[in-house]
Amino acid sequence: MDNDKRTLINYVIGFILSLLLTGTAYLAVTNQLFASGTLIAVIIGLAIAQVLVQLFFFLHLGHETKPRWKLVTLLFMLVVLFILVFGSLWIMQNLDYNMMPKHDVEEYMIEQNKKGF
Amino acid sequence: MNEEVAVKMRTDKTLFGFWVYVMTDCILFATLFATYAVLRNNTYGGPGSHELFNMPYVLAETLLLLTSSFTCGLALLAARKQQVKQVGLWLGATFLLGLSFITMELTEFAQLANEGHGWWSSAFLSAFFTLVGTHGLHITIGLVWLLVMGAFIMTRGLNEHTLRRLSMFGIFWHFLDVVWIFIFTIVYLMGVA
Repeated sequence: MDNDKRTLINYVIGFILSLLLTGTAYLAVTNQLFASGTLIAVIIGLAIAQVLVQLFFFLHLGHETKPRWKLVTLLFMLVVLFILVFGSLWIMQNLDYNMMPKHDVEEYMIEQNKKGF
Repeated sequence: MNEEVAVKMRTDKTLFGFWVYVMTDCILFATLFATYAVLRNNTYGGPGSHELFNMPYVLAETLLLLTSSFTCGLALLAARKQQVKQVGLWLGATFLLGLSFITMELTEFAQLANEGHGWWSSAFLSAFFTLVGTHGLHITIGLVWLLVMGAFIMTRGLNEHTLRRLSMFGIFWHFLDVVWIFIFTIVYLMGVA
């Protein structure tokens, strides 16, 4: 099979897969198929699957020859992204906790005490 | 070294440089996503994402953008086979789909602003308009780029330069599609889940 034909098949497969993944995520949310915690995990999983589909079938990341600099820069970007996003969320949640009004802090401590250490 | 190999090396170098730019643009979007995630519940007493988002409308936007990513890929494929007419056809389709997407998005923004839920009304809406608006700005720039590039291809044909630009545009457009998937999931789907 020649190269162009393989690329065309890749595009078609990628397109169909991304439609299926989008549709599944949409229906899962509009019909509330899962409990809210599971639902969020499911749609994030579907989004990550879709990004992998796009990277592989549309951006042809799998066909890169060595040395795989595109992949290396992508992975480095992901490291920075994770530090940035989860670091921000962590810091802001901590700040939120530290800046709780006194009354709320007391209630929170009582709640925590009930759970036991 | 023959000419064909030299062209391929030049093209690969430029495309890698463009790829690195796209990776840094991902970091820009990461900061906006982090801001949105922190501020999403600070609605200042106004309506939150449950009340404001119209999901079928957003699904239609998503399908437009996904399809435009596909037609953009078909244009690239046709360019590799030196079929200028096909390239024009698929790029035209990509342009129209992208234009419909941005029109729908601006309509949504205008509707929100008219109902008094503009970027000025709460931290949640400021973060929402900044994140989704930055993506929309990228799409708009992409559409202008597409027009200029289309004119170049139609007048000068498919040579080394126009092919290289087309490949860069392909990377840019697929990347915007990837960013939109995250906006669709994190802003819209998680907003109403």
